[in-house]
Amino acid sequence: MDNSVIEIGYALDTFYFLISAALVMWMAAGFAMLEAGLVRSKNTVEILNKNALLYGIACVVYLFVGYNIMYPANPVSGVIPGIDFFLGADNAAEDVFSGADGAPYYSSMSDFIFQAVFAAATMSIVSGAVAERMRLWPFLIFAIVMVAVIYPVEGYWKWGGGFLDEMGFQDFAGSVVVHMAGASAALAAVIMVGPRKGRYTKEGKPVAIPGANLPMATLGMFILWMGWFGFNGGSELKIANIEEANAVAKVFVNTNAAGAAGMVAAALLARFLFGKTDLTMTINGALAGLVAITAEPLLPSAGMATFIGAVGGLIVVGSVLLLDKLKLDDPVGAISVHGSVGIWGIFAVLISNPDATFMNQLIGTVVVFGWMFGATIVTLMVIKLIMGLRVSDEEEMEGMDVHECGMAAYPEFTNDK
Amino acid sequence: MKLVSAVIRPHALNDAREALQELGVNGLTTTEVHGYGRQKGHTELYRGAEYSVEFQAKVKIEVAVKDDFVDQVLEAISSSCSTGKVGDGKIFVLDIERAVRIRTGETGEQAL
Repeated sequence: MDNSVIEIGYALDTFYFLISAALVMWMAAGFAMLEAGLVRSKNTVEILNKNALLYGIACVVYLFVGYNIMYPANPVSGVIPGIDFFLGADNAAEDVFSGADGAPYYSSMSDFIFQAVFAAATMSIVSGAVAERMRLWPFLIFAIVMVAVIYPVEGYWKWGGGFLDEMGFQDFAGSVVVHMAGASAALAAVIMVGPRKGRYTKEGKPVAIPGANLPMATLGMFILWMGWFGFNGGSELKIANIEEANAVAKVFVNTNAAGAAGMVAAALLARFLFGKTDLTMTINGALAGLVAITAEPLLPSAGMATFIGAVGGLIVVGSVLLLDKLKLDDPVGAISVHGSVGIWGIFAVLISNPDATFMNQLIGTVVVFGWMFGATIVTLMVIKLIMGLRVSDEEEMEGMDVHECGMAAYPEFTNDK
Repeated sequence: MKLVSAVIRPHALNDAREALQELGVNGLTTTEVHGYGRQKGHTELYRGAEYSVEFQAKVKIEVAVKDDFVDQVLEAISSSCSTGKVGDGKIFVLDIERAVRIRTGETGEQAL
């Protein structure tokens, strides 16, 4: 092939990858707004600090070691990845022009930044679930371990070419590798820190703790939705020919269809169950639809994507109610959106992908859950021994903002002007 | 001198103010208050879990008027704030011992 054609293709695929990375990076804003909207105003500064700092920490540690564990140059085995630090050189022109089958067709730096923002997104899932009671710095120390080691190891098993990939486990953009993985860590963390004070009565009846700012939560939903085009679209990894361009466009159509259907389905079910249209369920439903289609956004027809998203929306409402019955306090519904629906997404792959088998999808899901849940429990137990995980009762009542951050989100709303 | 203190529905505030202004009352004080009477609280639903709002949001308006003006003020507030449903509020009339206009030092009815 003419070198100038190869060059244009390389530039276009790299450019597309970088734009996708920027979109996924913006999901950090979505998570921040969603979580800040669904907590009480006295915990706003603290949850924003968590969201901002976890993004910063994730980027630093993933650059330092996480990326090399997830995509090791010399893996030890299909289970144990290798270890290396920082990034290597980018592709040389002669390799790109070689015309060989495995010739690089996009910048390896663009791959790094795309993977780094995925790692940050996985960590963002945890912060919402433990909002309003897990202390800031224990959480951030957990973020270091999670993004440096825990997430990259299971990421290696699938996307780095480890044993789950070799086995035939199918997960296109990460219903399990990212979403259910984050939710498994979130579930472990929720069990470790316990529910917020007053969330359940002595008889075990759930008591609602309404979020302070639903406009902000709604904005967060739409930002996440926008980021999802990069999340799923970018995971096609290529756009610079007719077939790949059509594939990316289909991924966009299916991603959007699933989010839309999930949102409407969740709203309808909430209206039917509660008699009122709960906005937080509408929001969770959209995100559930998006999670559901993430494992296979390419092969289903748009109609099938709509169905997969709608089922995700129904599951999320049921899952929120079920977690409340189990007294697992998840203020933003992260475990339901990313975990319960992530599992549905990974099995929905069976509808349209002939390469997927039920056993492989089941094994992949169980392995990732077991690893993420177990590693999180162990890490948090160590952190708990050293510095504790949870704020005191007094701090929880007065709010984490003033105790952890020394400031209020809206100081002019209080009496001390 | 009497102090008319009325607890009313928040959305009735503007009607009450207009009615009082038509009467020639040229000053009133409002406070955002929370409380309950026969209306009691109510329960709301959030993510499938109930929570109870024990105290209703109300607005308290206070007007200081001359004695012979009280009946008209009561009538104006009652008619502008009444929906006929539980929760319309209550009006209390209290004696004012003394009144001072801070700027001029005028006292008594001159200060109203």
